[in-house]
Amino acid sequence: MSENEKRPQGGLSAFLELGLGLLDIGWTTLKFLGTVVDRLLPAKVAPEPIPESGRAADQEMESESQMDRHERWGTLFVLCFFIVAVLGGVGFVIAYWMGVTSTAVLGGTLALFFGGMGVTLVLWARWWMSHKEAVEPRHVLQSPPSEQEDEAAAFCGGAHEVRRRRLLKWMGLTGVGVLVAMVVSLMRSLGLSPDLSLYSRIWKGGQRLVTLDGKPVSLSSLEPGSTVTVFPEDQVGSERSQTVLIRVKEQLLQLPAERASWAPGGYVAYSRVCTHAGCPVGEFEAEQSLLLCPCHQSTFDVLRAAAPTGGPAARPLPQLPLYVDADGTLRAGGGFTSPPGPGFWDIS
Amino acid sequence: MITKKLSRWVDSRVHAAKFVKSALNHVFPDHWSFMLGEIALYSFMILVVTGIFLMLFFHASSQTVIYHGSYHALDGAVVSVAYRSVLHISLDVPAGLLIRQMHHWAALIFLWAILAHLARIFLTAAYRKPREMNWLIGLTLLVLALVNGFFGYSIADDLLSGTGLRIGYSILLSVPVIGPWLTFLFMGGVLPNPDAIPRMYALHIFLVPALIAGLLAFHLGMIWRQLHTNYPGPKRTNRTIVGSRLWPSYTAKSVGLLLLVLAVVTALGAFAQIDPVWIYGPYQPADIMAGAQPDWYLGWVEGAMRLFPGVNLHLGHWLVPELFFPAVLMPSLVFGGLYLWPFVEKLFSRDEGDQNVLRLPYEQPIKTALGVAFFVFMLVLLVAGGDDIIAVAADSSLVEMRTMLRVLVFVAPIIAAVLTYLVCARMRLKAASSVGDVQEISVMEERPNDSVIPSEAPLRSQLDEAPDRTCDESSEL
Repeated sequence: MSENEKRPQGGLSAFLELGLGLLDIGWTTLKFLGTVVDRLLPAKVAPEPIPESGRAADQEMESESQMDRHERWGTLFVLCFFIVAVLGGVGFVIAYWMGVTSTAVLGGTLALFFGGMGVTLVLWARWWMSHKEAVEPRHVLQSPPSEQEDEAAAFCGGAHEVRRRRLLKWMGLTGVGVLVAMVVSLMRSLGLSPDLSLYSRIWKGGQRLVTLDGKPVSLSSLEPGSTVTVFPEDQVGSERSQTVLIRVKEQLLQLPAERASWAPGGYVAYSRVCTHAGCPVGEFEAEQSLLLCPCHQSTFDVLRAAAPTGGPAARPLPQLPLYVDADGTLRAGGGFTSPPGPGFWDIS
Repeated sequence: MITKKLSRWVDSRVHAAKFVKSALNHVFPDHWSFMLGEIALYSFMILVVTGIFLMLFFHASSQTVIYHGSYHALDGAVVSVAYRSVLHISLDVPAGLLIRQMHHWAALIFLWAILAHLARIFLTAAYRKPREMNWLIGLTLLVLALVNGFFGYSIADDLLSGTGLRIGYSILLSVPVIGPWLTFLFMGGVLPNPDAIPRMYALHIFLVPALIAGLLAFHLGMIWRQLHTNYPGPKRTNRTIVGSRLWPSYTAKSVGLLLLVLAVVTALGAFAQIDPVWIYGPYQPADIMAGAQPDWYLGWVEGAMRLFPGVNLHLGHWLVPELFFPAVLMPSLVFGGLYLWPFVEKLFSRDEGDQNVLRLPYEQPIKTALGVAFFVFMLVLLVAGGDDIIAVAADSSLVEMRTMLRVLVFVAPIIAAVLTYLVCARMRLKAASSVGDVQEISVMEERPNDSVIPSEAPLRSQLDEAPDRTCDESSEL
């Protein structure tokens, strides 16, 4: 590289520049080694006689022979990367055809190929391509007024040749309006209007509470402080229907007066879908009688009708009224107190 | 020479010689920060190529089957067809896992590069006239990239993506008035339903990428037309562009960069495990992963959702749920503000005409302070998105952690803004005190700005014309 050619400006903080800097250090080391080897080897050519024309030419010669040496060792350095790249690529092909399935081997060899080729090309650009700064004029983007007027004239002139323009304009607008109406109508096929499933309160009065394996729950199924996930008997495993059934000590319950009869034997049931963002409220902390949602850590007080006590949730979990039938089996006294899951505009 | 023959053949059919010549001589400024956008472009290309590979094996169906594949730990489990096909890609298809992990890593790098690019454009005021349109397009590309990233990891139908999908559904549902309609239009009904995954798949592999590709072409076309900006420096004025020519040095550097991005993505795909869906397991409605996290680029929304207090807004019979404020309103304000920024700044600026020389961050302390404050705000939200994990790691209570973050999210940006302003103002002062020396040098070298140049004529004489290069037979083309 001759001296009058500027190196590209380097942003100090650039990671890439750092990498290139390291490569430069590597190259400098190699150059140094090369110079040492050159000194040790006998000179093949006698030093050229200094021409008469003076110092400038002398310096040029000097830098040129230096450049030769740089180029020779630099080439070797770049060649190393190229060889690594080719070895990587060939390694990939061999590994692949031999049926190697290891992601590390396949990806590693492929990365060697890309990396080796990339470094080769970047070094080539850095060392053996011109860094001469090009300076070019920018053209003013705005067109001269005359051209702008010509443009307007071309449009208006063309338009003026059309007869009965007003009618055509109205027809065009009407056509576009009808087209939009048709396209919007087609969107209805995608399910534009929310159907009843959004507003459904899931449970019907009299349905038995059954566990995931289909067994009904009776008054003696749970100890106080324990919990089980239940479903309506016709929707076992359904996401929106999942209900958490908890047995607590009856005397601790602080349900509102109108719900006092909803917890026979200390059994309370709430929707298991969080009212914040729809995650399953999966964790029960028996000591504090809290249900915890693992997604955003909302907590709900089981004793007080699942009122939110912490975290981002604002609405209580919908409660399921319960009663016990003659056989001692738990049954739903009706639907959830509101549609399960996250809130929306017309939820009530 | 084949190149020459080919170009003659093409030229005689499309009259391209003049255009190609000017294209080859196109000037690109040399600065590392100009490569951030290129990294984004190259990651997008990698995403398309790896995505096509994945597309050939992925089955977008939420129909459930009983798994009997090569991953024995899940033998007999009820999984969706989509999840089974992802396991098949990961465990059976040769190099399938590599390509899948590359795809996911490339998506992360894509977003990282877009954000870094955005920060560079913002801090150096590159969005000023005539580049406002490209600012708007760039932001739209960011939105599309965020959305498509979410679709991408949602369609695998593993436990983590299923959780993310429920949260996305809840966010969409929370929009006032049209929320339920929007949700049904988009997802085909309440979750779970068989239409949701195929729809997101169609959006993920076709509609959104097509939009990205189209806007990207426009984005690049605008840069080509308007030319890049230049950092301030000798010879760099509003009427000139300084840099290297497209052919050959810039081409070599740029293709080299593409290969290096490829190398990094491939190495990450090879050695850094990402989204191991077989460990997460299939989505089960009753199961939930503790410590579930979205990909980092959506972490700020997640953090806002956690920090925002549980407040419902009742409007008579109607309800605006708590989720609306942090997950719809806040991001809308963020992007609304970004979209409007160039036009807001214009109101307070005395700039006239085209602005082709960048401003350094310290030259505009108030804006830089605002930018840093915004960055810190987003950073606190991102941290808040993992507050449960941090609380466990730091052995502190989540409630305390959350209270602290709620304070920090407002206080930290203010502190950052003040500090940034002070640093910038000091740097500006320093630069101003030494400007005497600088100007003497630059006057000797070159005019520092264009205000004194009356016409292009005297300027032209100082410019290097595009070199007259010849292709004689000995050249190695």
